[in-house]
Amino acid sequence: MITKRIIPCLDVKNGRVVKGTKFEGLSDVSDPVSLAEFYSNSGADELVFYDITASSDGRRLIWDVLRRTAENVFIPLTVGGGINSIEDFDMALKCGADKVSVNSGAIANPEIISKSAELYGSQCVVLSIDAKRTESGFTVFTKGNRVRTELDAVQWAKYGESLGAGEIVLNSIDTDGVKDGFDIEMLKAVSDAVSIPVIASGGAGKKEDFLELFRTLEKVDAGLAASVFHFGTIEIRDLKKYLAENGINMRI
Amino acid sequence: MKTVIIDYGVGNLFSLSMGLRKIGEDAEISSDKDKIRDADRLILPGVGAFEGAANKLRESGLSDLIKEETANGKPLMGICLGMQLLFDESYEYGIHNGLGLIKGKVVPLKGYVDEDLKIPHIGWNSLDIVKPECPIFKYSETGDHVYFVHSFYATDCEKDTAAVTEYSRTVTATVWKNNIYGCQFHPEKSGEKGLKILKAFCELG
Repeated sequence: MITKRIIPCLDVKNGRVVKGTKFEGLSDVSDPVSLAEFYSNSGADELVFYDITASSDGRRLIWDVLRRTAENVFIPLTVGGGINSIEDFDMALKCGADKVSVNSGAIANPEIISKSAELYGSQCVVLSIDAKRTESGFTVFTKGNRVRTELDAVQWAKYGESLGAGEIVLNSIDTDGVKDGFDIEMLKAVSDAVSIPVIASGGAGKKEDFLELFRTLEKVDAGLAASVFHFGTIEIRDLKKYLAENGINMRI
Repeated sequence: MKTVIIDYGVGNLFSLSMGLRKIGEDAEISSDKDKIRDADRLILPGVGAFEGAANKLRESGLSDLIKEETANGKPLMGICLGMQLLFDESYEYGIHNGLGLIKGKVVPLKGYVDEDLKIPHIGWNSLDIVKPECPIFKYSETGDHVYFVHSFYATDCEKDTAAVTEYSRTVTATVWKNNIYGCQFHPEKSGEKGLKILKAFCELG
């Protein structure tokens, strides 16, 4: 059977990985190319590149970095951040991405999802959702979590699936950075509502958090995290071994 | 010794060419018929819909050329949709003819695998190698995980099946008939295990 996936996320700004890292044997810990290769060789099942660059000069740089990264990574690579048009989507694929994740761009223009699914297939369209608890339920936020939208996260996930998204990354703003476990409640609401894979993001602080995630929510396919991997708090091979020993089907 | 990745306007060939470069193989992406004739071995990639891809192969004349070259014994590896194109026919939105190099047909996973399983079948799944003598598995073993992304699968091809995977039911992962190989999964995206399959293929011919 298919395995659960562990996915490190690289937040890249102006061509550099933002959150500091400390890995022995890596001469430049902020270089996305070497960090990606390191993860690819350390048991990661997939990699996510999230471009948080604001300036247009920096945006051009990401394509070059992405291309150089993709040259050395032989596991699936997802690229997200600033994908606002079909042209951006196409460019990401041409630079070696296997999947492209859309977020604010798809909220502004949901057609990006349907059009890209039609052109390239649902398997490479990832809908990334940032959501937070409000008085009306789980509400979608954009622009670095500052702007509240009218969208309900569960409804938006369902709509995204109907438009052709092949996968959903659900990032809980409530648990992000807290390191006390994934947002099981929010993840359950969304994964119960869709039939495409859901990737959990936000809140991982220790190995047990991943075990709780996969044990509680059978329908969640993958766990994504950034700093716990970058800082070496959790070592991916060790995490996967631990999960496998506890009955979770992993690629070891 | 040279490998040509057949370019017929379907899919992204970047990862595949990088994978071959990584294993030290001198590979070229081309649609040029002379280059395809001169190649020691061929890779037929492909993502997307069967019908469009089959039409492109036929219209460009590459379909006939591939049949000629493989009839002369040249090794060919189809990957993902490229593997499905090796078969007689596909039932992907209608009935469409493939290259007919391997007996069998391509049908939807929907209705075959358990209803609660997700389609496409995306992710890492393990290989059950039923023909360990298959040359592209020279460096592989049962239990190796490889990366799948597909909604249709090959069936009625038991005789030529070299490896399967399990997705509530048995799904064809690799077919092999003489000099013709097909992998439903993406060896170029399957980490070190996948690169070993490409390496074994590149030692042929």
